[in-house]
Amino acid sequence: MLPDAFRDNSSAAALENWDPSAIVGGKRTFNETTLEIAPGKILAVCGYLKRDLQFARLSSITAVDWYPAEPRFEIVYHLHSLARSERLRLKCRLPEAAPEIDSVTGVWQGANWYEREVFDLFGVRFREHPDQRRIMMPDDWEGHPLRKDYPTHGFKYSYKDE
Amino acid sequence: MSDPSITDPAAIVEASASAHPRRMTLNMGPQHPSTHGVLRVVVELEGETVRRAIPDIGFLHTGIEKQFEALDYQQGVTLTDRVDYLANLSNNLCYALAVEKLLGLEIPPRAQWMRVLLVELTRLNSHLVWLGTQALDIGAMSVFLYCFREREDLLRIFEMFSGQRMMTSYIRIGGLALEPPRGWQEAVSRFIKAFPSNVDQYEDLLTKNPIWLRRTRGVGHVPLDVLVDLGVTGPVLRACGLNWDIRKTEPYSSYEKFDFEVPTRTEGDVYARYQVRLAEMRQSARIVEQALAGMPEGAWRADAPHVLLPDREKMKTQMEALIYHFKIVTEGFGVPAGEYYQAIESPRGELAYYVVSDGTAKPYRVFMRTPSFGNLQALPAMTEGRLVADTIASMGSLDFVLGDVDR
Repeated sequence: MLPDAFRDNSSAAALENWDPSAIVGGKRTFNETTLEIAPGKILAVCGYLKRDLQFARLSSITAVDWYPAEPRFEIVYHLHSLARSERLRLKCRLPEAAPEIDSVTGVWQGANWYEREVFDLFGVRFREHPDQRRIMMPDDWEGHPLRKDYPTHGFKYSYKDE
Repeated sequence: MSDPSITDPAAIVEASASAHPRRMTLNMGPQHPSTHGVLRVVVELEGETVRRAIPDIGFLHTGIEKQFEALDYQQGVTLTDRVDYLANLSNNLCYALAVEKLLGLEIPPRAQWMRVLLVELTRLNSHLVWLGTQALDIGAMSVFLYCFREREDLLRIFEMFSGQRMMTSYIRIGGLALEPPRGWQEAVSRFIKAFPSNVDQYEDLLTKNPIWLRRTRGVGHVPLDVLVDLGVTGPVLRACGLNWDIRKTEPYSSYEKFDFEVPTRTEGDVYARYQVRLAEMRQSARIVEQALAGMPEGAWRADAPHVLLPDREKMKTQMEALIYHFKIVTEGFGVPAGEYYQAIESPRGELAYYVVSDGTAKPYRVFMRTPSFGNLQALPAMTEGRLVADTIASMGSLDFVLGDVDR
C-alpha cells in the first residue's frame, strides 16, 4: 500500500497503479523518496521503472545490515532519471535465514559489480547473477566484512602458545 | 571466443590454453604502469586483437566503509581523503554535505564559496594528473612534466590552506577546518591568472599532434545508451554528447550562483574525452576566478556549538564553551536518525555518499558511490574486439583511481 504522502509523487503513484502489491511502504525525508518494495517483485519493478518511467540510470546498489533486527538486510537501490533529473530510492528487506533476491543485471548491466560487492561484503545472494564471485576480498576469504557481527579488529589465530 | 560463462581469471587462462592454442592470455597488472595503481586486467589476445578483457579489482580494498562505523562523524572526514587520493576535497565536500543535511546545519556563504573554489582547484589537480599520465601512456612524455609543474603549484596552495599537500581534510562537517590562511587570495589569483595560458601550452603539444590524433581518434568508442546502462558518469558521458553535470542539474554548495558551461562533444572517443576535460579545466578556472572576485565576507563555519569545537580563547574564559569542548572531544556529536544520499560532480563523475544514522555519534553505515567503480565497468565494452595498444589509451581515458574503485 502506498502511504498517502506519496499521492503527489508521480513515479510512486504510477508504480502503485501498475502493481498495487509491489509497494509495501515508503517515506519522504529531506526531499528524497524512498519506496519499500516486496523483495519478490524487485526485478519486475525495476524493469517497469526503467522501461516506462525513464529511470535510465542505476546510480548504485548497496546494503545495510540491521543486525540483530529482523528482517536483517536492507538492499538499497538508488535510481536516477536523466530525463527528469529525479532520484528514487528503493529498498528491500531480507531475512537473515535466506538473504536472497533477484539480480537486476538484466535491467541495468551496471548492476553487475554493485551486486557482486553486496554479495562479497554482506553475503546476500543474487539469483540469476551472471558472475557471482567475490569482488573486493580474496576468493578464499571467510565471512562477509560489512556485516555488523563481523569483528572490526583482532586476529583469526592466537599466537600466544607458540 | 572463449566460454563467456567462465569469468574466474585463473579458469580463463586454463580454458583458453586448451581450447584456443593460438590464443594468448595475458595478465596486465596488477603492477603495470598504465593501470595507474593496482588494477589487474586479464586479457585474452588473438594476435594483436583483444578477445576478452576482465578487470580484476580489490587489491587496494582497505575496508574504508567498515572503518567509518568505528569512528565518529568528524573523524570520518580523514577517511574520505583516502578514497580518491587525487580529488580529496571533492570527497571531503560530499561527505560533509551529507552529514550536514542530516544535522540540518546552515553553512555560511563564505564557507560555501570557499568550498566551491577548493573543489574546482581539486578538479584542476585531478585533470592535470590525468592529462599527464594519459599522454605518458600513449608516449608523449613532455606533457607529463608540464602538467606536474602546475600540479606542484596547486599542491602548494592546498598545503597553505590545510598544512597537507594531499590528505587535506580541509572541508569539515560544519564548514572548514581552519580559517583561510593569510595571503591565500594572492596565491590563488597568481595561479589562476597564469592557468589558461598553461592549458594553451598543453593544447599546443597535443591537440594537433599527428601521433596523438592517431592514437586517440576513433578509439574506445561505445554508444551513449550502453555507457549509461553500464553506470558510467562524468566526462566520459559528456564526450558522448550527454549534457549532464550534477553541478547544473542538482546544484549544491551554491553552484547555482556561478556562471560556467558544461562542455560536451559527440564523437565519444578518447580524443573527445581529452577535449572535454581540457574544456572543463578552462571552465573550472573561470569558476575559481568568480569565486575569488565575489567571495562573501563573514563566518567560515556554521554557528553550531554542539558540532564544532569552540575557539581556544572562549574555552579558557567561558564555562559553556568548555563543556561543549569536553562533550565533543569525549563523545562526539549525535546525528539525528535518518539517511541521505548526496551526489556531487567529482572530477571523474558522479560521486555520492549514502550516510545512514541511527542517532548515535558514529555513522551506522556509510556507502560511497564512487565514479571510478562505475566507470571501470565499461572497460570490457571499450576494449574487446580492438587492438591491445588501444586498451592502454581507453583505460587512461576512463580516468579511474584505484583507491576510488576498491575503497
